[in-house]
Amino acid sequence: MRIGSAKQTYAADEAIFKTDVQRLWFGLLALALILFPFVSSDYWQLLACLIAVNVIAATGVMILTGFTGLVSLGHAAFMGVGAYTAAYLSNHLALPFWLSIPAGGFAAAAVGAVFGIPSLRVKGLYLALTTIAASFILQSIFFNWTAVTGGARGLTIEPASMFGHLLVTPGAIYWIAMPIAALSVWWARNLLRTRVGRAFIAIRDRDVSAELLGIDLLRYKLMSFALASFYAGMAGAVWVYLFRVITPESFRLIESIFFVAAIIVGGLGSVRGAIFGAVFMTLVPELLKIGASDLAPYWPDAVKLLSPVRTIVFGALIVGFLMFEPLGLNEIWLRIRQRFALWPFRT
Amino acid sequence: MSPALLDFVEFSLAGLCVGALYALTGIGFVVVYKATRIINFAIGEFMMIGAYFFFGLAAQASLPNWAAIILALIAAGTVGGFLERFIFRRLIGESAISVFMVTIGLASIMVGLVEIAWTADPRSLPTFLPDRPFFVPLGSAEAFLASKNGWSFIIVAAIMAAFITVFRFWRGGIALRATAADQQAAYSVGINVPGVFSFAWILGAITAAAAGILVGSISGISSAMGAIGLSLIVVVIVGGLDSLAGALVGGLMIGWLESMASLYIGGEYKQVATFVILLLVLVVKPYGLFGTHDIERL
Amino acid sequence: MIEEADARVDAPILQVEAISLAFGGLNALRNVSLDVVPGCITALVGPNGAGKTSLFNAISGFYRPQSGRVFFEGRDITRLSAPPRAKIGLARTFQNIALFRGLTVLDNIKLGRHAHLRTSLVEALFYYGRPQREEIELRAEIEQRIIDFLEIDHIRHAPVGALPYGLQKRVELARALAMKPRLLMLDEPVAGMNREETEDMARFILDVRDEWGVTILIVEHDMRLVMDISDHVIVLNFGEVIARGVPAEVQKNEEVAKAYLGSGEIGSQVRQSVTEMAAS
Repeated sequence: MRIGSAKQTYAADEAIFKTDVQRLWFGLLALALILFPFVSSDYWQLLACLIAVNVIAATGVMILTGFTGLVSLGHAAFMGVGAYTAAYLSNHLALPFWLSIPAGGFAAAAVGAVFGIPSLRVKGLYLALTTIAASFILQSIFFNWTAVTGGARGLTIEPASMFGHLLVTPGAIYWIAMPIAALSVWWARNLLRTRVGRAFIAIRDRDVSAELLGIDLLRYKLMSFALASFYAGMAGAVWVYLFRVITPESFRLIESIFFVAAIIVGGLGSVRGAIFGAVFMTLVPELLKIGASDLAPYWPDAVKLLSPVRTIVFGALIVGFLMFEPLGLNEIWLRIRQRFALWPFRT
Repeated sequence: MSPALLDFVEFSLAGLCVGALYALTGIGFVVVYKATRIINFAIGEFMMIGAYFFFGLAAQASLPNWAAIILALIAAGTVGGFLERFIFRRLIGESAISVFMVTIGLASIMVGLVEIAWTADPRSLPTFLPDRPFFVPLGSAEAFLASKNGWSFIIVAAIMAAFITVFRFWRGGIALRATAADQQAAYSVGINVPGVFSFAWILGAITAAAAGILVGSISGISSAMGAIGLSLIVVVIVGGLDSLAGALVGGLMIGWLESMASLYIGGEYKQVATFVILLLVLVVKPYGLFGTHDIERL
Repeated sequence: MIEEADARVDAPILQVEAISLAFGGLNALRNVSLDVVPGCITALVGPNGAGKTSLFNAISGFYRPQSGRVFFEGRDITRLSAPPRAKIGLARTFQNIALFRGLTVLDNIKLGRHAHLRTSLVEALFYYGRPQREEIELRAEIEQRIIDFLEIDHIRHAPVGALPYGLQKRVELARALAMKPRLLMLDEPVAGMNREETEDMARFILDVRDEWGVTILIVEHDMRLVMDISDHVIVLNFGEVIARGVPAEVQKNEEVAKAYLGSGEIGSQVRQSVTEMAAS
């Protein structure tokens, strides 16, 4: 236990960072994120961009599933809507990235809200299954609406540009992806401090009593779907500028499962959990790949086994966390922080 | 007899045969759901491992087909019982969503293990069904029905008849129904509820494996064949998760509709068509055609 | 369609007019009518299964009665859904505590004010300017008017799941008070409480009426509490009103005693209370 806090105002007690120590740590983290592209290789910058994209999308899923309690297994498809929208606007209307990325978000939000409509009548796992339906229906549109999506062959887009510079390398896209990820996280954190976030959590915990306390269920469920899909759409749009090629294959059901798995592994019900989960689940397959290529000289089968081993590890992480650490990495983090709260005076 | 009508009849027959396989697996699924309230997303992967066990025993270990089938079903049942005992029983009391995600994780693990053992390449199963096609007389013409389809329909019908008899009259079937109706009450009258859970999972795994072997013998096996599980999820949702009759009707209906979709709008829209139906059914009847639901209380 | 009330002082704040509610073949409420006088504590009593909670649910819009009408402050709210009813001042607590376990005590209470706050989704994302002021003002008001009043300042940041039962009930009351209630409906506020906790709660209820000027409708099995604090008592049995009046009248009513003793499954506490009633 820290000794009593001496907060003078309610505003101070409602702040995200309540102590100077927390603000210091946050400052150091921000500094590290700013310095990162100057000290890292292309490979790690690409990975950082991918992590940023996944943080944006996972934070959205956290809002929908972790806070509002509505399980979505269609999020990759909503991400696809954002990606195709951004690509179309960029290719055909020559929209700059700073317009097409939010536009992708809005398009996904609209689609997400439509597929959220069943959530009023359909609950729990049944809802999860309707979102799988959403995923397949959208996937089919990506495949068949060739005029816009390029069908199975997909489409490519021109690099984003800023002040006349083309943003081609991951190191350049980093400056788009990371700030949007930071913004996404900050938004989600703010949401929880207001009536909207409280309403979401109330719906998750007990929707019928939430309604009797004055919360319009349909409105807030759709709001949650729209906001989460907005996040997904933005993530998809950033993703497009990162890879500059899209095919329907990029937004399959398994990717949607990836995001739900990420928030479970990270820790349901906290923004920090979404970040932890996205970082961890993005890094694990990469670490396996590095491990396999390191092993290859001694054990030629290692590379061949990489794909199935990744599949197994992915499944085992979901099963393992749900069985042994249901509150995820965030809980582990909190335990560690608790231990060192008074370090070095007591360990 | 016009060719269009003949097409319709032939596709209907083939669709109903696939539907019968859906119904069989669907019933295994519903038994697990009724006993344990778990939605087993890995149902398609249970089919897959059954088919691969058969493949390994018959094609690789060169056992006679009948022995390979029996051993494959026993192996699949063992896997089901094992997972129940060491994973699902520990998750009793967790939220439905968590357990659902666990089954998704297990599906992934099973796919990975199969790929390590047998690679991801498609294989074909040894034939064990007679290969003389059926011709259904239809006015002046005859409708063609592939042998494997017809025989799997007959086998499924036989298994189902056995199922229904067992559930009506055998003590274990009654215990299962009692557990499904009210777990607390089942405990209090001395029913071995964990035993029922195990039994349900073993049975579910065996029926899935049987269906998997039949599906594999019709269209071959691969590590991606678990995707059929998605159609099965549609089947049981449309029928109502807790309804055996729903699984039967839903299975035949979805099988037939998929076949119709591939006849009239093209095979690539088959899955989309079923999902559109899923959405429509859920919006109109949120608990499926035959499912039960509770009055909401405060 | 809004019908304005005439401005008579003692016009009932809530009028239930002949509502009937059935589930399948089971009649939960049959032709129930009642008036709640403003500024009073009205108690709704009756054996288990008499339809008290069903009536609460019909008043707060959770169940839709098959027939009958509900007026609140002269306005016909029969066709209004639950959230707008909460907004116009129908606040309630629940028989089985319905706090949100994922929220702290403070956030649970803040949630009560939901319908009266104006922060939109976009404002919430930025939490700057008006939405921030709104939150801080809400916090200050809750601290000063509710948390101090109900003596729960020591647990404001605690997760509700960890609290003892009596405190959870108190937090529910706090949340209902945050709803700016005109009519406060309490569903068994002292069920499962010991004598001391019950007395605390009784004091809070009386204070809410006297200091906040809020009308109270209460469902309660604790007859001693009902007789002590209520101004009017309405007795339900098998979904019908069988008696109503001031506590002393109801106490003497023979049909009431019969309903309790005849229902066969009453708790010993009720049986004892009825015996006490008969003796006094």
